[in-house]
Amino acid sequence: MLFFEAVRLALSTIRAQKLKSFFTLLGVCIGVMFLIAVVSIVEGMGRYMEQDLIGKLIGVNSFELRNRPNIQMGDMDPAVWEEMRRRPRLYHDDIAPVVEALTPGTRWAVVSDNNLMISSRYSGGPRSAQISAVEGDYFAIKKFVIVDGREFTAQELSMGTPVVIIGQDVVKRLFAGLNPIGRELRMGGLPYTVIGVLESQGSAIGISFDNQVFAPWQAPVHRLLNRVPQIIDAIIIQVPSAAQMGEAQERVRQVMRARHKLRPAQPDNFSVQTAESALAFWNKIKRYLVLAGVALPAIGLVVGAIVIMNIMLVAVAERTREIGIRKALGARRRDILTQFLIEAATLSTVGAALGIALGIGLAKLISAVSPLPATVAPWSIAVGVALGAGVGIISGVYPASRASMLDPIAALRQE
Amino acid sequence: MSESTETELPVSTTAERQAVTSQAGAVPGRDWVIVTRGIKREYDMGGEIVRALRGVDIAIRRNEYVAIMGPSGSGKSTLMNLIGCLDTPTAGEYWLNGTLVSSMKDDELARIRNKEIGFVFQTFNLLPRATALHNVELPLVYAGMSAKLRRETAANALDRVQLTSRMHHKPNELSGGQRQRVAIARALVNSPSILLADEPTGNLDSATSQEIMKVFESLADQGQTVIMVTHEQDIAAHARRVVALHDGQVSSDTRREHFVVAHGAAIVAKGGVVG
Repeated sequence: MLFFEAVRLALSTIRAQKLKSFFTLLGVCIGVMFLIAVVSIVEGMGRYMEQDLIGKLIGVNSFELRNRPNIQMGDMDPAVWEEMRRRPRLYHDDIAPVVEALTPGTRWAVVSDNNLMISSRYSGGPRSAQISAVEGDYFAIKKFVIVDGREFTAQELSMGTPVVIIGQDVVKRLFAGLNPIGRELRMGGLPYTVIGVLESQGSAIGISFDNQVFAPWQAPVHRLLNRVPQIIDAIIIQVPSAAQMGEAQERVRQVMRARHKLRPAQPDNFSVQTAESALAFWNKIKRYLVLAGVALPAIGLVVGAIVIMNIMLVAVAERTREIGIRKALGARRRDILTQFLIEAATLSTVGAALGIALGIGLAKLISAVSPLPATVAPWSIAVGVALGAGVGIISGVYPASRASMLDPIAALRQE
Repeated sequence: MSESTETELPVSTTAERQAVTSQAGAVPGRDWVIVTRGIKREYDMGGEIVRALRGVDIAIRRNEYVAIMGPSGSGKSTLMNLIGCLDTPTAGEYWLNGTLVSSMKDDELARIRNKEIGFVFQTFNLLPRATALHNVELPLVYAGMSAKLRRETAANALDRVQLTSRMHHKPNELSGGQRQRVAIARALVNSPSILLADEPTGNLDSATSQEIMKVFESLADQGQTVIMVTHEQDIAAHARRVVALHDGQVSSDTRREHFVVAHGAAIVAKGGVVG
């Protein structure tokens, strides 16, 4: 009962003194605002990483055989890096034994990629794009949809016909206002015929997935992608179900260990990369980001706590007589203590609520004007509210205990 | 003093009072609301001991209407604080309604104040930001009453002082007399054993003072024990018994013999010492 009384009283105090209350709440408000905004952006990036970026780079139920991981975020031990640098590359000859070891129903694809300059006669100077030389079921595994034209035929793939499938950005920049199908695109000094256009793949953190050109692996362009023409960057393997991932990976590992003539004691000198392994680093970095997102606003909260404590001390002094009256009417120490604690907590929670609203707004604003995505995490709202109440209670303890200790006679005598 | 006056206006006799105040440690009989036995209150003012009360014996029966008088410095405020359980004596016993309160702790005293005592102050002491109704509800809040019952009880108390129409007004929207009536309603809302008024008319003009004194009078007539601390003779004259304090001791304890309650004013004839 007394709880609602105290909350009601606190709210009426806030209403009566709007400006003063606003300044009181400012610290907590700003602290919580940044907390929510930072956490929302980290959370949004996380979701993007997990669902879009990594998912796009590595398809569902699939893994990539590479000589070393291509998605490598963050710092790495120099010794590990040195070891990876010395690993043998994968060669086109590795494909057949690996594919032979797979169970039926398993899809595979080969890819080599690099950035090259591309140009067409329809628009200005050459521009850079990501060129991928592919073989196998590349488009099926990646779930790439061809919206215009067609896929490579088996014959084109095996013959290395100079044909390309291009992304939306390439269409826009090299074939603006034209139907690109059947038109010519030049890369590495050779002409390629556009036979298909991919559906837009969107972008992540400002990087477009549409600035891509795909050619059959055997086409001449693969010579430009790696130092030695027979080198391939990855073999992508997709199993029909998640349950088969482990076994398929193991089979591929054994084939490669045999081909690289590794003794049992020697570690793999190649990488089997899954979406999970690519995410491992992100999860590590995310922890630090969340920590920073919590630690920095904490400064605001400390300032907010001090301000609230100050205001509550002033309130206790101003309302000494009220405390005396309440005590004369039968309020125990505990009642007075609770009243002022709840008042401080209410003030601070209102600040936190304001901060949550502003924080969500800030996160949305940042995601609107920058490529950073934002997702408001429900837990961050709960943490914001809890922080607000907690800060209020902590900063209210001293003023409230002072209020509760007041002598009713002296308090009543005060003017 | 005649027998008829005695039954109409219950006032304890000196002999009865002496009997009950002399038995140290004994639980007073049921009809004694207040019994103090040799209470002392000393303050340490920077090394100097100030003896505000030097052994006060007071016994007040249920339904008595008592004024405590005395010049400033006589110790009447200290006595009021002790009777009101806002303070505890340095020595001596204080029995309130059959309970020894002189040795109680803070929180127990708070409970006693809440249940047994209704305060009316000179400066009204209403919460400025709360409505009349809410002010009256306050003791019930600390008594732990539910909001609905609280509202009804408080509204009834305001009705008793004819303030139903001003229920939702804040103190600054009320006249002095109305404020004091709100304070009286608040003091009565918990049905306390004693109504303790400290200079209740000190901040009021004489017409309003008369109005407030009539409220006290009618409460006393309804059987409410009223204790009023005042230094004004004509206010004390409304009470049926006057305890005078001087230098921290009771200097006289007298009763009024004849009351003639006429329209608007009580004309009081001074009586002699009772007993």
